[in-house]
Amino acid sequence: MTLLQIAALAGVAIGGGAVVVATNPLRQTLVLSVYGMALTMLFFVFQAPDVALSEIVVSTVGLPVMILLALRKVREHEQERREEKQ
Amino acid sequence: MSRKARLVLFAVAAAGFGVVLVYGLAGLPAFGDYKGVYGNVINGLGVTVRHATDLVTALNFDIRAFDTLGEEFILFASVLGVVLILREMREEQQRPAQEESEEHTFSGASEALRALSLGVIPGLLVIGVYIVVHGQLTPGGGFQGGVILAAGPLAVFLAGRYLRMKIVAPHTLVEIGEAAGAAGYVLVGFGGLVFAGVFLKNFLPLGATGHLLSGGQLAVASVAVGLEVSGAFVIAFSEFLDQAIAVRGGPES
Repeated sequence: MTLLQIAALAGVAIGGGAVVVATNPLRQTLVLSVYGMALTMLFFVFQAPDVALSEIVVSTVGLPVMILLALRKVREHEQERREEKQ
Repeated sequence: MSRKARLVLFAVAAAGFGVVLVYGLAGLPAFGDYKGVYGNVINGLGVTVRHATDLVTALNFDIRAFDTLGEEFILFASVLGVVLILREMREEQQRPAQEESEEHTFSGASEALRALSLGVIPGLLVIGVYIVVHGQLTPGGGFQGGVILAAGPLAVFLAGRYLRMKIVAPHTLVEIGEAAGAAGYVLVGFGGLVFAGVFLKNFLPLGATGHLLSGGQLAVASVAVGLEVSGAFVIAFSEFLDQAIAVRGGPES
């Protein structure tokens, strides 16, 4: 195992932990995206460039967009419910 | 269930999982010591028999093309589900027309984000097309390139042009593209059935190894998947955007 591979594994371990620790969903989405980049590096240094490409497009484009738009919708809901109460 | 009972249950389950995990890890081959036969066979066949230099794409779109057919239709069906549910909700709660016109620009975009988004659009399109059509030569293929292509219209939205995104990628065109991609893959399969006797078997000339037009039907199948995936992601993005921007409230409001 090369030094680069150890560094990539450590990056994934730290990134995965960071996603769990983040409590604010908005912040968590961005941390998840960074974690996806760490996974991409992992696949790349372990010589799986096809998987790395799939990971980078899903974790930096597909997933965060859908989570962020869903979060916006949830916020709108909460705001309306608060207005109804007042 | 009380907190104590839950902890006991967790401790038992974690101990059992730990034992199985350690036992399994102990039996693994050493790091980098590949003992499989399948991979070596593919490495031997891919270049000589299929004229494809990226063996992962050769595996996805030729040797195990039937699996990819199933995966493609999983994506197709899930996007269909998103459209069915979200459009039903949208028709009931569309915002009034005059209010909508103000919403068509994404007001949250800063000048820097707009400039950057406009700048990356040509790059995204070029990289997306490159990755789709070079699937048989270099890493990548229909799926990866398709998602990159779908990011193009998304960048138009990020540039502050929600309405323009609808003009760049009109619903009907994107839907036709997605359906044509899904149907194209099946048609490639039927081509094999008609001209070579087996579903999804190669029936096109293989071409010279390393050239753009090589690999026979697997290159065509990769392009079909690229069309399907980019269409599917654009539809999903635009349905989610419509929900977040054009539709107010939720089902119970």
